[in-house]
Amino acid sequence: MSNHDIELTINGRRFAGSVEARKTLSDFLRIDAGYTGVHVGCEHGVCGACTVIVDGRAVRSCLMLAVQVNGAEVKTVEGLAAPDGTLHPAQQALRDEHGLQCGFCTPGVLMTMAVLTAGNAKPSEESLLAALSGHICRCTGYQGIRRAVKRLAGENL
Amino acid sequence: MNAPGIGATRYIGQRVPRKEDPRLLTGRGQFVDDITLPGMLHVAFARSPIARGKILSIDTAAALELPGVHAIYTNTELAAIKVEMLSFYLTPPTVPITPLANGSVAYVGDPIALVIADDRYIAEDAASLIEIQYEEEDPVVTISDAKTGAPVHAGTDNNIAAIMGVEEPDEDLEAILHSAPCLVTHRVTHQRIAQSPMETRGVIVTREGAEELTLYITCQSPHMIARYVSLALGLPDTSIRVIAKDVGGSFGLKNHPWREEMSVIIAGLLFGRPLKWIEDRVENLTSANQAREQEFLVRTAFDANGRLIASHGDYSVNNGAYPQGADCNIAVHMFMWAAYKMPAYAFLTRGWYSNTVGLAAYRGPWAMESLARETALDIAARRLGLEPIELRRRNLVTLTDQPLTTPFGIPLGDITPAECLEKLLETLDVAAFRVEQAEARKQGRYLGLGVAAYIEPTGSAGSIATMTGELAQLRIEPTGKVTATMSTHSQGHGTQTTMAQIIAEKLGVAYEDVTVFEGDSSRGGFSPGAAGSRQGVIAGGATIKASELLAEKVKTLASHLFNAPVESITIENGMVHIAGAKEMTRSLRAIAEIAYGEPARLPPGFEAGLEAQYRYTPPPMTFTSAAHACIVEVDTDTGFVKIQRWISCEDCGTIINPAVVEGQIAGGLAQAIGTVLLEEMSFDARGNPTAVTYKDYLLPSISDIPDFEYLHACTPSQSVGGIRGVGEGGAIIGPPTLVNAIADALAPFGEVPVELPLTPVKLLGVIEGRSLAHKAPEPVAVAAAAPLPAAAPPAPPPSAPSSAAADGMWKMILSTPMGPQEMKGQFITNGTLLTGTLFSDVGDQEFEGSITGNSLKWDLKVKKPISLTLKYDVQIDGDNLTGKVKMGFFGNAKLTGERLP
Repeated sequence: MSNHDIELTINGRRFAGSVEARKTLSDFLRIDAGYTGVHVGCEHGVCGACTVIVDGRAVRSCLMLAVQVNGAEVKTVEGLAAPDGTLHPAQQALRDEHGLQCGFCTPGVLMTMAVLTAGNAKPSEESLLAALSGHICRCTGYQGIRRAVKRLAGENL
Repeated sequence: MNAPGIGATRYIGQRVPRKEDPRLLTGRGQFVDDITLPGMLHVAFARSPIARGKILSIDTAAALELPGVHAIYTNTELAAIKVEMLSFYLTPPTVPITPLANGSVAYVGDPIALVIADDRYIAEDAASLIEIQYEEEDPVVTISDAKTGAPVHAGTDNNIAAIMGVEEPDEDLEAILHSAPCLVTHRVTHQRIAQSPMETRGVIVTREGAEELTLYITCQSPHMIARYVSLALGLPDTSIRVIAKDVGGSFGLKNHPWREEMSVIIAGLLFGRPLKWIEDRVENLTSANQAREQEFLVRTAFDANGRLIASHGDYSVNNGAYPQGADCNIAVHMFMWAAYKMPAYAFLTRGWYSNTVGLAAYRGPWAMESLARETALDIAARRLGLEPIELRRRNLVTLTDQPLTTPFGIPLGDITPAECLEKLLETLDVAAFRVEQAEARKQGRYLGLGVAAYIEPTGSAGSIATMTGELAQLRIEPTGKVTATMSTHSQGHGTQTTMAQIIAEKLGVAYEDVTVFEGDSSRGGFSPGAAGSRQGVIAGGATIKASELLAEKVKTLASHLFNAPVESITIENGMVHIAGAKEMTRSLRAIAEIAYGEPARLPPGFEAGLEAQYRYTPPPMTFTSAAHACIVEVDTDTGFVKIQRWISCEDCGTIINPAVVEGQIAGGLAQAIGTVLLEEMSFDARGNPTAVTYKDYLLPSISDIPDFEYLHACTPSQSVGGIRGVGEGGAIIGPPTLVNAIADALAPFGEVPVELPLTPVKLLGVIEGRSLAHKAPEPVAVAAAAPLPAAAPPAPPPSAPSSAAADGMWKMILSTPMGPQEMKGQFITNGTLLTGTLFSDVGDQEFEGSITGNSLKWDLKVKKPISLTLKYDVQIDGDNLTGKVKMGFFGNAKLTGERLP
């Protein structure tokens, strides 16, 4: 099996690697690059836990190959908060609204929220909920996630 | 209540932000797959593609040639290390279980070989290159297959894994049932459920020399894992450290290691390099033990006024091939009518072996009682023309009825399902809903209201070996900050938060200054962790007691240092105050520095440092009660159910953190909604699982779950702190609440058979008055009898009947409601007189009885878990004995045994 050299930006830092063609982006980010905040829940694109941002779009990193991100800008949950540690509005909303329990699905939920609210966008509650229907949370019954969605949509709670 | 003079700031009852969240929100949690050790290799399994058969050959040659493959182990290699696969009760299994398949396979996914390779990709490649030849046999798949099919396990007579209750009909009870003004015969079928924690199973094993073993494992308690592995492998001299900092949900699945985890641990001991196994989702849905596949036929008699007269239940649960403890779910019957005024109840309860993956726990394992009872009550209400709420009012046990003892001997003192129902009705206007429902029906819209009530045993301790108290170890550090090492463990439960809230309030320090450590068996002491809604109740009590001890210690020291009476000293927000002497206020840090560093200034006999610990054992059971209501609309064109409103009114006593309590209820309810509408782990006639991805096994998404409304009743319990458990309730009361709402909506079309899940196709069948469901495949022709293993040893010749055949020491296993209990018995016969002693964990008991031929009979009075007279009836056959023990209302339990040399 041949290896391919790739170079990309992860959370604003340059990273170079050599990967087998079959290596998933999720495995590359977790194992090669050490971003273990990328969680692998199903490896078939249903649960959404592995969602990361590639060139501004939310993607399921278990369904994308590492070789496909050559030259791309990738953001994982580790890169979401400000450098001074200030939480991203999505992180703050989930924290304030008790939107997580075990925290395994949380990174994926956050990345979808972050893409939809990027650039201070105020997406509608419906569009946020529609996007989040692609994330499975087995713990919370989605109550806190819904409250966080309302906040991010700019609604008064 | 605060002890006088301790912290004025209230933290108990507050929605404080969780301590766990900053790391989990920023990707800094530590789940098992996040750990990498130097030299670590990766494991994958080769698994059976057939449900039943003999293994004829295993060829690993091609797989071993693959570059990057280090070793392949089958059961033959793993057998070098002896292992006993114990149940949750730490008792031996009722059928032989090996970590990897031993000559035959018993379900699709049965692990056969284990590959050790450089990475998971190579390990999986190699696993697929292992060539295994089988002689396939017809599998036993369903409960009804199990009742008539060939035994799954060689050497057994039938597929009964466990049985209790009475098989022969009780004529008196039958007469009552058949002469009653209203008899509801209700059959409930519950599908199989996959617990589906978002983090699959996984383990890392690293052997550090002969005497140290470290495991990273996703689990419900590192202490439980350490205890299990030590006993299963017989490694008393090896220090075992188990670490599990963050766990991505469990819901009963990760109570203790099972075949794959034990295989990896043994392989790690044999191979000598760190090994990692992370289950993938397909494995999780096919090979991780599952739950809930049950059938329950309940007959319940009512008088003309809707009052309960009598009931009988015939219950079965599919145990699969290798359950984590053979189980007939006696708790279903213990709690079936516990909260209702039910004069007579009898039952037969059985667990069945089948060629499917085994049975494990799932949130509220006995939940079938609430589903069957509460749906039966609604059917009765419809027949009797009563509002379902009114039927419950006439039959529920109220606070004024208590104290009382249920027919099972369960003492009730403070259950409040009736009171929860009344509180719920202050928020829900039933009369207005009935008007709206009638109007909607005129427009062809079908609304339904479902109500259910229940009680649940939580915080159980003292009756089962593994269900112990909890330990809290507290320190005020020399810095003045407070740390606690706890026996608790969180898979999302937030115990680092709730325990810190208790400490902050009871000790008088800021919540921000308290850190709780857990998730490491080298910290704190034994507890089974999150199982049975127990940590809030028990660890909460332990934390309160330890905080009080530590506060006393601070006050004793301050009293000495400042020559002030103890009563004048208070601790508030980390400062120690002396009444009337503001200038003497000191920080906890100042006091702690003296306590640790200046022994000469301490009072005589004062132990240096500021540390305290307390292990709290609560009352045997603490009950949580609840009543729920939900309103649905069923679309009669599509069969889709839309949940419009859901109100929960639970009584979980003192609430530590309402957000955590509501999170537990909501999570349980979401799982309940999945159970009623979506989730189904099914098999085809050959035992092939038909839901192997999350595209087939449908978990609820955010669009399937409504906003829940919460009412809290808050009757303090008898345990220290007044807390009641809340982890499982939503998953127990949710299904009947929703089923009742759907049945109410569709009542104009007829009764809705309770065959979960209630898919749109099944509901359209009710609406259109014809079955639209797929015709179930004809049951597979099951061979009349499994061929006996060729190598079966010949039966020993029966020994001559004589009383002396009984004399001596016997090892026996009694299948009790709390799991199999191992004991030894010494029998001495003299003519027809039998005397003897039973030796068990609960102590030694002497008895007298009789012997006739090979038949021994004696009675034994026991006090634990409740007062009972056990009637033993035992037959001796050579060096083996079998028999049954009549255990009062629990029915009969099986006894097996063998003579000890």
